[in-house]
Amino acid sequence: MSQYRLLLISLLSAALVGCASNIPDPEPTDTGMSDSGGASTDEYGGSSGADGETIDSDLNAELTMILYFDFDQSDLRPEYGDILAAHARKLSNNSRVKIRLEGHADERGSREYNIGLGERRSQAVRRMLLIQGATSNQISTVSFGEERPAAMGSDEESWQLNRRVEIIYLN
Amino acid sequence: MQETFKRWSLACLLILCASHSYAELQIEITQGAGRRAPVAVVPFGWEGGDPAAPMAIADVIGADLSRSGRFAPIPSDDMLQMPTTGVEVDFDDWSILGVEAVVVGRVTQTGENAYSVQFQLFDVFKREQLVGYRMPASRGTMRRVAHRAADMIFEKLTGIQGVFATQIAYVTAQQNASSRIYTLVVSDSDGENENTIMESTDPIMSPAWSPDSRRLAYVSFEGDRSTIFVQTLRTGNRIKVSDRQGINGAPAFSPDGRKLVLTLGGADGNLDIYVMDIATKAIQRLTTNRSIDTEGTWAPDGKTIFFTSDRSGGPQVYRVSTSGGTPERVTFEGSYNARPRLSPDGSKLALVHLDRGNYRIAVLNLENENFLVLSVGRQDESPSFAPNSDTLIYATRAGRNGVLETVSADGLIRQRMGSGQADVREPVWSPFPRL
Repeated sequence: MSQYRLLLISLLSAALVGCASNIPDPEPTDTGMSDSGGASTDEYGGSSGADGETIDSDLNAELTMILYFDFDQSDLRPEYGDILAAHARKLSNNSRVKIRLEGHADERGSREYNIGLGERRSQAVRRMLLIQGATSNQISTVSFGEERPAAMGSDEESWQLNRRVEIIYLN
Repeated sequence: MQETFKRWSLACLLILCASHSYAELQIEITQGAGRRAPVAVVPFGWEGGDPAAPMAIADVIGADLSRSGRFAPIPSDDMLQMPTTGVEVDFDDWSILGVEAVVVGRVTQTGENAYSVQFQLFDVFKREQLVGYRMPASRGTMRRVAHRAADMIFEKLTGIQGVFATQIAYVTAQQNASSRIYTLVVSDSDGENENTIMESTDPIMSPAWSPDSRRLAYVSFEGDRSTIFVQTLRTGNRIKVSDRQGINGAPAFSPDGRKLVLTLGGADGNLDIYVMDIATKAIQRLTTNRSIDTEGTWAPDGKTIFFTSDRSGGPQVYRVSTSGGTPERVTFEGSYNARPRLSPDGSKLALVHLDRGNYRIAVLNLENENFLVLSVGRQDESPSFAPNSDTLIYATRAGRNGVLETVSADGLIRQRMGSGQADVREPVWSPFPRL
């Protein structure tokens, strides 16, 4: 748990300082690989995390910072319900906590239209969090369209890994 | 395969253009017109203190004519004579070789960094001069002068205005050991004389030329948000024209250069088309639909804006009056039509079209509604017309890398430009230079 927070904080500090050496996006293999498709349900089992420690299910749910989407869709997958509820709880419990939702699309089609698709996905996540108790000044959204891919291939697997929203805790 | 292509095209470039350095963007002809007319561009004469002229002008002209896909310049080794002025031309010597047109010329030094470049173009069959011209040049402007000569020659021979003396802007992305570097680059239309306009570790998107070629608008993601800048090329100064909450994207200049059409998303992320007066920053909203409305572009009359909207379920191209009103749908072929760009003469619309599972460039003729798919790749995007409305440039993929391709509006002549190391994308062709 703490290594992820450290990673996010160092990412944020680097971005704030305008550090010249860009930090690559969090590798999906850290959390995302096990979350793609239906595998995220494994996390709800509780103790099967790759870290090998016993972690309770509420903390496990928070580890999921990347949500994936179907082609041309911004619908939230039903299996993300508990994850989103856990994030919403964190936000509604502490009004000072702020997050940024970064929306992405796969490379196919026009770039600026893909900015729109990424934003639609961020907004879908944002609306769900607002419904469950977050306030709008806690959530900002940005879309990178196809400009910041997590996976570089031109195949179905890479495209799936790129159709995502990343939840970034700013504090 | 990629290595061989690179070496081959580099060799061609070196043979054709002996006097300048390795270019980042390399050109290869990938497909020509049915027949290329044989022409001769005779090495120019030289009068000056130095052993040779600063540049082999005939090589630049020959390369331009060859690149157009319509001409086949003959090697100077095959030439039976080397005239530098019209009176020296012996038409029999050229008829024998089957050459249809001859270009002769000379460069004369007139000062420390001052030269006079003159050329004459002859029709071999009719045995008459078609055009003759003389232009001043410095060492720094000589290549541009050679391109202007090529433009005049091209227009005389084809009736089409040449675009050799124009520029392109494009974005590159390169993965270094630890980071990704994005650059916004302006180069000559043949890929030479690259100038980095802006460099960033965050993505750069959607460059757009001002009508006077002096400025570029673009979207930058510095600071992990989208911001629209307008940068003056000569000085490098830039102004921030839109950094509103949410999406700021897809800028494009109006024909009079005073306005930008752009996309704003706001806090609720509903992308819509807006028009901004650049001087006052006042904005006017043109669309209000809940759909994604983006990628606005102006018609040459300045009264209509074309844009992408998925209000019918998937992306299609619409047009709306700049004074507001209900947008009218323009594309009806297939399920995906996006990123419209009008030809400068207003007659054709280039767009990204989903063709049997492949994203390709298509051109819709607005006058006769003819629809032609022009490209053959799988992920083709970002079409832009040359200012003569006859050629387009767009982004495609060659293996893992993004490369640029130009294609004639009839689809017959195609050429690729790529960089061995970087991903190249989002090309935009400049307007004709203001002289």
